[in-house]
Amino acid sequence: MAPTTLGPIQRKFAPWDDPSEVPLVRFENVTKRFGDFVAVDNLSIDIYPREFFALLGPSGCGKTTLLRMLAGFEQPTEGRILLDGQDVSKVPPYRRPVNMMFQSYALFPHMTVEANIAFGLKQDRVPKPEIEARVAEMLKLVRLEQFGKRKPHQLSGGQRQRVALARSLAKKPKLLLLDEPLAALDKKLREATQFELTDLQQELGLTFLIVTHDQEEAMTVADRIAVMDHGVMVQVATPAEIYEQPNSRYVADFIGDVNLIEGRVAAIDGARVEIAPSGIDARFEVAEAPDTAVDDTVWLALRPEKIAVSMEPPDDASVNCVSGEVWDIAYLGDLSIYHVRLASGITVKSAQTNVTRLIERPITWEDKVYLSWTRDAGVALIR
Amino acid sequence: MTERPSLFNIVSVVFGFAFLYLPILLLIIYSFNESRLVTVWAGFSTKWYVQMINNEGLMNAAWVTARVAFVSATIATVLGTLAAIVLIRFGRFRGRTLFSGMIYAPLVMPEVITGLSLLLLFVAINLDRGFWTVVIAHITFSMCFAAVVVQSRLVSFDTSLEEAAMDLGCPPARAFFSVTLPVIMPAVISAWMLSFTLSLDDLVIASFTTGPGATTLPMKIYSQVRLGVTPEINAVCSVLIAVVTVGVLAASIVTKRREVERQRAERAAIAGN
Ligand SMILES: Nc1ncnc2c1ncn2[C@@H]1O[C@H](COP(=O)(O)OP(=O)(O)O)[C@@H](O)[C@H]1O
Ligand SMILES: [Mg+2]
Repeated sequence: MAPTTLGPIQRKFAPWDDPSEVPLVRFENVTKRFGDFVAVDNLSIDIYPREFFALLGPSGCGKTTLLRMLAGFEQPTEGRILLDGQDVSKVPPYRRPVNMMFQSYALFPHMTVEANIAFGLKQDRVPKPEIEARVAEMLKLVRLEQFGKRKPHQLSGGQRQRVALARSLAKKPKLLLLDEPLAALDKKLREATQFELTDLQQELGLTFLIVTHDQEEAMTVADRIAVMDHGVMVQVATPAEIYEQPNSRYVADFIGDVNLIEGRVAAIDGARVEIAPSGIDARFEVAEAPDTAVDDTVWLALRPEKIAVSMEPPDDASVNCVSGEVWDIAYLGDLSIYHVRLASGITVKSAQTNVTRLIERPITWEDKVYLSWTRDAGVALIR
Repeated sequence: MTERPSLFNIVSVVFGFAFLYLPILLLIIYSFNESRLVTVWAGFSTKWYVQMINNEGLMNAAWVTARVAFVSATIATVLGTLAAIVLIRFGRFRGRTLFSGMIYAPLVMPEVITGLSLLLLFVAINLDRGFWTVVIAHITFSMCFAAVVVQSRLVSFDTSLEEAAMDLGCPPARAFFSVTLPVIMPAVISAWMLSFTLSLDDLVIASFTTGPGATTLPMKIYSQVRLGVTPEINAVCSVLIAVVTVGVLAASIVTKRREVERQRAERAAIAGN
């Protein structure tokens, strides 16, 4: 299913495009090996103040390792990590102005909720009245005012998650690291908390670095997303760019649903590129095909919602069109997904919004249909 | 699912328990015997308990035993906990196998050998035998039990708790005392209780390593029994049994109640969500 939200793309906030901005965190060619195993591979990123940055990737791709290096629990094998321009490799975890919300929450089981939240402040010898005020503020922030005297085991999963968040926010760190903070919650609670998190981050004006394997979550909360694969950073961009201009098949496939049609570059005419798809006697035009030359193998990445299905070929000759046979139809209520088999044997998905209430669909199984899309609907990918 | 136990099962359970507990029961009953003769019942009396309290030698021995057990259990628990931490936390350091082997060897070492070798050591370094030699001997053999108990708890201890403490600005040593130790405390207390009981009823090692003025209760009882079992000894043993029983029951009730409370609180939390 295609993601329903594209994140806060309306916000005019793009420090990464401004060369005068100084990053808060900078990973410089960081590599981390465990024995022979490379968990993080020559990775560089800049994260800017007040940014909500998401690290997205499948389980085991090195996301937690990256966070742990930033928090100070692991040392990079090669490369440097700069925080506010300072190399932090010699700084132990308890002296870094960074706090982390653990994947397992790691609440202290023998302390009350209040004591858990106050723990970090006590380490800094903050005066008692101030600690009390800050704890009360944090409890209010995560709406747990009535639960201050409880122990963690007397709380539900969602409440524990909020205590963990409050504890990691209590010291108002420059940078908050969140390791799959919502993974243990059910879907409804997770979606509600995602919006709470973005609100909180804007309200407090802090920098958040969140790790997740859930692409919808990353799209919902983040200003920018870094997509990782086996310790390698594949693409760093805003959610909309990641979705609309993926730089590889891996990213296109990881974020949302995509059709990948293999072909060969037949002609290049300025910005217009013609692709000859394998096994089909047709030419597809794309407006965007960076770094390609004639005869390169490319994959045309097309999102299902950008392909129209019709019984007749489109009148406009400038749109791309190909015929096929309806193989399957998945009715999802709001959408219908048509699986159309092309002459080359591959199946292409097209998502049509069900704008009218039709009990009988005009297009049905085994119909011969035409798929069409505009020149700028797809991207040609070379890897 | 429960099957009715067969007659054979019932009989064997009854015999088994009778074999274990009948002697203890008899011992307690005869400690209240009026007669001096251990095997002849002559009516109820508590005079042997009075006589026991007035027996200075016996009371001294009891006091020595209590002190030895307390001091050795405390030191053994501290050392055992440290050993357990080293084994669990420091990964595969050089000589780890040797280290763990050396910690656990006393677990399987015959007591006579432990006692004898310690005696030889004390003689060789010319240490005056007495209270402290018994304490040292008891530490060496109960420390490994303490280490086993604490280690089994540390295996399941979530190290991210310590990391969370450090992340919040707590240096490692303080993180240990304010987070790790409180969480593993029940295991540390069990380790202490185990060491205490082990020291309380040790006869062999104490006999080898003791000196003048440091006779422990088991040694005293043993030497008196060789002259014939008196109802007084029965009284002492009954008191010991009572102390141990009350201790074990109290510990298990506390654990059980805490567990029940925790489960109830968890259920309430889930229901109230
Ligand atoms: N301490 C470690 N020793 C050896 N391998 C590790 C260690 N920590 C992580 N790894 C390995 O590094 C890889 C990345 O782990 P991790 O960063 O936890 O992934 P993610 O958080 O993305 O799921 C995994 O394959 C994991 O097995
Ligand atoms: Mg992880």
